[in-house]
Amino acid sequence: MSALSSTYALIRKDILSELRTRYALNALLMFVVTTVATILFALRSDQPTPTVLSGMYWVVIFFTAMSGLSRVFVSEEERGTTMTLQLVASPSVVYFGKLLFNVALTLSLTLAVTLLYTIVFSTSFTIQTPSIFAVTVLLGSLGFASAATIIAAIVAKANTRGTLYPVLAFPVLIVLLMTVMNATTKALDGEEFGAAMGDFQILLGYIFAMTGGSYLLFDFVWKD
Amino acid sequence: MIDVSLTVAGITKSFSRRAIFRDISFSLHGGDSLAITGRNGSGKSTLVKILCDVLTPTAGAVQYAIDGKNVSMESAKDQLGMVSPYLQLYDEFSGLENLELLSRIRSNNFPIDERSSEFLKLVGLWDRRKDMVRTYSSGMKQRLKYAFALLHRPLVLILDEPTSNLDAEGVDVVKSVVENQKSSGILVVATNDAMEARWCGQELQLGDQAQAELKR
Repeated sequence: MSALSSTYALIRKDILSELRTRYALNALLMFVVTTVATILFALRSDQPTPTVLSGMYWVVIFFTAMSGLSRVFVSEEERGTTMTLQLVASPSVVYFGKLLFNVALTLSLTLAVTLLYTIVFSTSFTIQTPSIFAVTVLLGSLGFASAATIIAAIVAKANTRGTLYPVLAFPVLIVLLMTVMNATTKALDGEEFGAAMGDFQILLGYIFAMTGGSYLLFDFVWKD
Repeated sequence: MIDVSLTVAGITKSFSRRAIFRDISFSLHGGDSLAITGRNGSGKSTLVKILCDVLTPTAGAVQYAIDGKNVSMESAKDQLGMVSPYLQLYDEFSGLENLELLSRIRSNNFPIDERSSEFLKLVGLWDRRKDMVRTYSSGMKQRLKYAFALLHRPLVLILDEPTSNLDAEGVDVVKSVVENQKSSGILVVATNDAMEARWCGQELQLGDQAQAELKR
């Protein structure tokens, strides 16, 4: 119970802190608006295929996430509050607290991108199978957050944080990106829910492997 | 008084290949106080971080025991209070919010409001409790660190440069905290100030040759 209440308190602290400082929110929102507007201007009156649209959808989410999700640890490091957290919380509490905060942030981000995409590309971005899309967004967000959290913890200790994050994240996220793009195309093409089961199994495997590995690694990353 | 002990066995710390200090051993019990002294760069703060388990030693071990039973470092942290210049609180929260949020993360099961008001009054920040920490002076931030360190009534209090940025009134508060801690648990003070070193019954001098000498 004490680990759960500590994790909840840490998430609450991070949400309150984010609402006051806008460390990640502003960066995320600006990136979403800028990239979607750029895509809109580039396409002009062209009608892209579902494959192209789903690819661009996840590219927007990938780069936006890269600009915002690292803040959970980088902001603690920059403000010098890492040691304060080390004194009051165990590494597992910090890991799961930051992971769940990033999950919430990624879900909000995907929701914002989906809404904007639906408005801007109303004619070509039509979700034919909402169940596939919903599960893909949920599992994709969990996968993104689990990979982004441990990479953020590693990057926060490095000197060249800005460039290191996307460089480290891309190879780790490539499997996730390919799978979510594939599943999103199926949702836009109107395929049956069963057709995406293989993709969901890959995503679930990715989430478990990434979260489990990160949990084991985090103690060493966090302490020194 | 709850029986608490701290045993440091053969601690060595190196950064890259340079040894900061080698083979430091000592043990402290409830009522003991230790001053860690030495010139700049001798490793005082490094040793303090190792005692608080925020830095891993290259060799050796730190062991806390409560009521004669060894406890894990995670459990020991519930009984540790630390004040240091490199420990920061959250600028975007008020002094009161900092104490409340950090206490909840620590899962303390005492009435947080009562305890916060007690220690904010002790350190003289009660009137400014609702102001954001970013508006505090460096001395006020140092006072808030004392409230944070004492809130859970730790059995082991570790102070690094205890009076930095404090005015005369603040130093008096620290002196009373130190006297109180010496009667209720273990006190460790890392300092270059001879007056602060005299607060403690023992002194560990970190030397030029990465050696340490314990004086009683």
